[in-house]
Amino acid sequence: MKKVKYRHSTSRLLLLSVAFFISFSVLGIAQDEASQDAAAGSQEQTEESSEDSSAMSDLGDPANGKSLFNSLCAACHKPYSAGIGPALHGVTEKRDMDWLYRWIKNSQELIASGDDEAVAVYEEYNKTAMPAFPQLSDADIDDILAYVEQPKPEPKVAQTGGGSTGGESSGGGVSVNVILGILLFVLVMLLAVLFLVNKTLRNFAQASGVVVTEKPKGKPIWKSFVENQFLVLVSAVFGLLVVGWFAYGFFMQIGVDQGYQPIQPIHYSHRIHAGDNQIDCKYCHSSARTSKHSGIPSLNVCMNCHVTISEVSPETATEEYSKEFYDGEIAKLYDAVGWDPAEQDYTGEQKPVKWVRIHNLPDFAYFNHSQHVTVGGIQCQKCHGPIEEMEVVYQDAPLTMGWCINCHRETNVRMEGNEYYEKIHEELSKKYGVEELTVAQMGGLECAKCHY
Amino acid sequence: MSSNKKYWKSVEELNENSSVVETLQQKEFAEEIPVNEFLGDKESLESSKTSRRDFLKYVGFSTAAASLAACEGPVIKSIPYVVQPERIVPGVANYYASTIADGFDFASVLVKTREGRPIKVENNDLSKSKGGVNSRVHASVLSMYDANRVKRPMIEGRNVSWEEFDREVGSALGNVSGDIVLLTQTFASPSTTKLIKEFSEKYPNVRHVVYDTVSENDALNAFQAKFGKRALPNYDFSKAETIVSVGADFLGDWQGGGYDAGYAKGRVPENGKMSRHIQFESNMSLTGANADKRFPVTPSQQKAVLAALYGYVAGGSSTSDLPAKIDDAVVKAARQLRKAGSGAVVVSGIPDANAQALVLAINEALGSGVMDANNPRMIRQGNAEEVMQAVEDMKSGAVGAVLMAGVNPAYSLPNANEFTEALSNVDVSLAFSMKPDETAELCKFVAATPHYLESWGDIQYTASDFALMQPTIRPLFDTRQFQDCLLKWTDNDKSYHEYIKETWSGSIPSWNTALHDGVFKATSPVEIEASEASGSVNVATAASELARPSENNGMELTLYTKPSMGDGQQANNPWLQEMPDPLTRASWDNYLTISKADAESMGLENENVSNGGLNGSYANITLDGVVVENVPVLIQPGQAKGTVGLALGYGKKSGVQEEMQVGVNAYPLYKNLNAVQSVTIEKAPGVHEFACVQLHNTLMGRGDIIKETTLEVFNTKDVKEWNSVPQVSLDHVEKPVTSPEVDMWDGFDRSIGHHFNLSIDLNACTGCGACVIACHAENNVPVVGKSEVRRSRDMHWLRIDRYYSSEDSFIDDLDKKENISGLGSSLSEFGELEEPADNPQVVFQPVMCQHCNHAPCETVCPVAATSHGRQGQNQMIYNRCVGTRYCANNCPYKVRRFNWFNYAENEEFDYHMNNDLGRMVINPDVTVRSRGVMEKCSMCIQKTQKTILDAKRDGRVIEDGEFQTACSAACDKGAMTFGDINNEGAVIRDKKEDDRMYHLLEYVGTKPNVMYQTKIRNTTEA
Repeated sequence: MKKVKYRHSTSRLLLLSVAFFISFSVLGIAQDEASQDAAAGSQEQTEESSEDSSAMSDLGDPANGKSLFNSLCAACHKPYSAGIGPALHGVTEKRDMDWLYRWIKNSQELIASGDDEAVAVYEEYNKTAMPAFPQLSDADIDDILAYVEQPKPEPKVAQTGGGSTGGESSGGGVSVNVILGILLFVLVMLLAVLFLVNKTLRNFAQASGVVVTEKPKGKPIWKSFVENQFLVLVSAVFGLLVVGWFAYGFFMQIGVDQGYQPIQPIHYSHRIHAGDNQIDCKYCHSSARTSKHSGIPSLNVCMNCHVTISEVSPETATEEYSKEFYDGEIAKLYDAVGWDPAEQDYTGEQKPVKWVRIHNLPDFAYFNHSQHVTVGGIQCQKCHGPIEEMEVVYQDAPLTMGWCINCHRETNVRMEGNEYYEKIHEELSKKYGVEELTVAQMGGLECAKCHY
Repeated sequence: MSSNKKYWKSVEELNENSSVVETLQQKEFAEEIPVNEFLGDKESLESSKTSRRDFLKYVGFSTAAASLAACEGPVIKSIPYVVQPERIVPGVANYYASTIADGFDFASVLVKTREGRPIKVENNDLSKSKGGVNSRVHASVLSMYDANRVKRPMIEGRNVSWEEFDREVGSALGNVSGDIVLLTQTFASPSTTKLIKEFSEKYPNVRHVVYDTVSENDALNAFQAKFGKRALPNYDFSKAETIVSVGADFLGDWQGGGYDAGYAKGRVPENGKMSRHIQFESNMSLTGANADKRFPVTPSQQKAVLAALYGYVAGGSSTSDLPAKIDDAVVKAARQLRKAGSGAVVVSGIPDANAQALVLAINEALGSGVMDANNPRMIRQGNAEEVMQAVEDMKSGAVGAVLMAGVNPAYSLPNANEFTEALSNVDVSLAFSMKPDETAELCKFVAATPHYLESWGDIQYTASDFALMQPTIRPLFDTRQFQDCLLKWTDNDKSYHEYIKETWSGSIPSWNTALHDGVFKATSPVEIEASEASGSVNVATAASELARPSENNGMELTLYTKPSMGDGQQANNPWLQEMPDPLTRASWDNYLTISKADAESMGLENENVSNGGLNGSYANITLDGVVVENVPVLIQPGQAKGTVGLALGYGKKSGVQEEMQVGVNAYPLYKNLNAVQSVTIEKAPGVHEFACVQLHNTLMGRGDIIKETTLEVFNTKDVKEWNSVPQVSLDHVEKPVTSPEVDMWDGFDRSIGHHFNLSIDLNACTGCGACVIACHAENNVPVVGKSEVRRSRDMHWLRIDRYYSSEDSFIDDLDKKENISGLGSSLSEFGELEEPADNPQVVFQPVMCQHCNHAPCETVCPVAATSHGRQGQNQMIYNRCVGTRYCANNCPYKVRRFNWFNYAENEEFDYHMNNDLGRMVINPDVTVRSRGVMEKCSMCIQKTQKTILDAKRDGRVIEDGEFQTACSAACDKGAMTFGDINNEGAVIRDKKEDDRMYHLLEYVGTKPNVMYQTKIRNTTEA
């Protein structure tokens, strides 16, 4: 068989890789520019739309209307889509203004008076009565209507490239690669140059008859190292210590999932709920008060609010996650709970959500939330970290036994006003001569308090 | 330089043409090495394309893959409810009051559910007077999670939908010619009675036959003859001063059971008084073991005893034909009964209508306030004659359809073969069944029924005591209960739930309250069929009939039910199989109990073998041509000579997992549903291996294990005489072992916070074993199987030791031991003390971890895996344990259990922890232990911690009685009291101060937190 020789295989490989890096970096730079353009474009667009909407209103003051709408109407109505009540945009065209005043101030009265339109609306919405708002003046109603009659703002286009994929392919990563690529290229070139220079110099030397004297080789360094037994001993000890240190570090982190941040089936943002909207943790995690589990809220708890909140406000969106992305996540909730937002009704088709558990204690460790939350009055953040700032929840604490024990050593038990503690507090404070007792002094370090 | 020597291997090498030499030059061995045989099939090895290189590649890859996979932690999913039910909070248990009524056990229970699944059955305190929550009831929750259940309706073995089933059954019943026999268990349910009446109206040829697997037919007949109602008298043993029982195991399952709680109340000496209990019986029963005085008499003698007793009490005769010793006992018993007045009661388990009539007459003559005939028990209704008639009719072809509910006649009828044949004569056979049992296998239609924890029901215990059954979980399978089926087939659209509500509307003030409490008092809204009371029962004839000596050839067999297995309904329940019998301490078996004298004369043997197991001979039992073969024989001290005993409920095969198909079926010997039979016994070849957990049967006079005295001594003598604290010598001065200066340990201050103590009253403990199962359920104690139990590797955290006396009483044992002097005497007499007496005294002692304040186990653990808590609990930390077993070695009470294997999710231990369904019963608050760790009683720390947390959350002080362990909560006899010793006014403090209090092996100085109350026997003769 004939062998084909690839004579210049190494140089070809080098060339190829250089070409690859160059093309990659150019592509990255191009993408960067494109996304910048898009962002700039959308910014312009929003500015435009807000301008012309303010010019549109002739009914009243939309700004005042917005605040009134949000405080009084938003629980059931949305301007552009149906909630519990109908979408209000365009209502002034459909209905007479007087009728609207009467309806809003007291719809039941209007229905009782036998107004055909009113009865028809009442029937259409399954006889769900709209509360009366006698406190609203006609001017207020005008303001509200002015607000709802604003044209629908155009959705912001392509703030992030692919929407839901988030910021994985952001420019930063590419540029680092480019710099590294260039550096590598330069280094390779340098090597090549050095090699060539060396070769040329030798050629010159040979041509001019200069004999390059080889330096007599001394004892190689490893040999002298081996002969120095003291050095060998010291470095062996040092080496063992280093290995031991790293081995210990490695073994101690096994099973410790600090920083564990799995991707959840629904992108639920604690930042929005607990941070921006200041919802109490225990509103959703209600069983933390009474049970050992904090409990992942069932979807019907979500629907307490999300039956009316089907989309986020534009301000909620961040650079990383767009409004569409969040709205899509709410749609996932609707899908799971079986809520048809168009019909405003439950379909009965439920798909339980398979959340990924973040905080996992081993089975042999017993932890009770209610003990810490209700009895101890400990803030959730003490163990779970700045949960109200987390867009995606991660495990903040190491959840190791040492971490638990430390806290039990340092934390004083909240005893005031709890009759259970009265007797034991009196006795123990006398015994230890302190007024405040730590968990450890209460016996909180005993093994079987947590292991049984 | 190499040597030129030639080494000869054998003479063969001289022969140049030897083939052997040539072969040996090529190979090391002349014969082919059987590598292929060793590795397996030669052909398949050769045809295999896997080379050595491939093999190594696979090994390498799989190792790499395994280590890579190990790098990543498992992703654990958490799936919340979509719509969470309001009452369910994950992690918090809910309790529902319900009632078990399976035809054998009737009891009000409280069902503990977690996340909607029942995990434990507990006593319903509101119905304490009814008792009856025995080990079977505690274990019943596991029977629901039985993987062998019938999961959907079937027609001829084919799975069908309920619609099709209804259609087919409807048309079959419509076309039936002949009677429709409804063969059912005792429901004792007013609504069911009403419903069956409605069913009979639709199909006019319906005949309802009630069949109790274990029959109380004669007692029912006697009561019916006298009072006109098919019922049983009710007894309140707490009022009793003198109890004379002739063959009645009333602490067991006699007449529906549940009498032990009341009995135990009267057994605790109060103001110097306690009841006196005299027992005449043939088998050593739980009741006989608890008696103050027990006489082993044969069943035929029992009849005479009862007749004589009647004679003496009613003042008729003054002599009897009984042997002098027994006659004397009867005379004394009669005298004592008369003295006790309204506190006197006679009960009998003799399966004879005359005997039962006589019992009623005696109690009436005594003016017994213990027996209550006005509020009789309704929980046994079976009629043996009707059952036998039904089988006859089936045979003759007069029956067109048989509908069976809650019964398994193909297994439990004595003439099961006859029944099987007769069933093939019947056109329509239908079994309502939870299990694919012997009967269901024969039936054309099998209606899958739910477990009682998935069903609705109402139960009439007595004429005025009622209970409700409610589901605690949605049916696990596609099942429908018997009553719902009847409703469907009578074209009633209501569910049985609505039907019951309708039955009771107007009769009870509030349905919701009744459902919440589980029990209520009322008058039945449904008329109970009453027959004319003949009244003219001639008692005198009955007595003389009984006194007449019966023809007797061979041995008299008394069939009985074990506290663990009962009638055998729950044979597939591993908890019950593994529960040791209170008396023989053997698990996973039934056996022929025989007296030592009879065993010797027949050459039947029991021996302990070197691995600690008990072996026994086999015997064949013959009754009128019916032979039950290879019944293991166990020599039972206290068994009356000339009698044998055998437990019902074993030897079930269908619908029972292979591991649990143990024992022999004794029902073929249950002729005419009569528990006493005359049989012949002969030795059969072979040796049976028992799984017996106690090999040492006698106390050997060790008064520091069980302290016992008589009521007389207790009342008159100083406590030092009968319950003295052991003395140890310090500087040649005797000091009590409890005094601090003799203690080698520095004690801790234990006066702050909670300090738990458990008191066990040996007088109130009947040895029933309910606590054993409750502990099993609460603490996820694994089931290890028969062979492991035989190796003494049982995992019970709580065992009930049973001791026999070697002399007539334990006190005599003690005397004998004290009087041993010299080598000769000690050699012979200690040996004698090892042998239990022919009629020994028996005592039960529950032993669990004693939670020593100075625990020997704690000091020897090299890794500090067991340590002491301030609350008095000796804590066992599984995750810290490395399994050295030093602790078990150093424990004087032998209460520590080692996990020799992984018992959960292990094919080798294919019990409930090895299938998804069975694992649903696991208590989520307690760790499931893995292999190589020690475990033991934790004093239910999960329960005490929960009580504390609940109080902290509510901000209140904990009341006495709130702290409970699983065993103390399960004991309806009040034998176990648990509480906080630092709580002033707690009952447990009184128990600790009680004169009767002692600690187990107190001289060891371990200072246990478990204490015992001295056993007192009332030996006062009137």
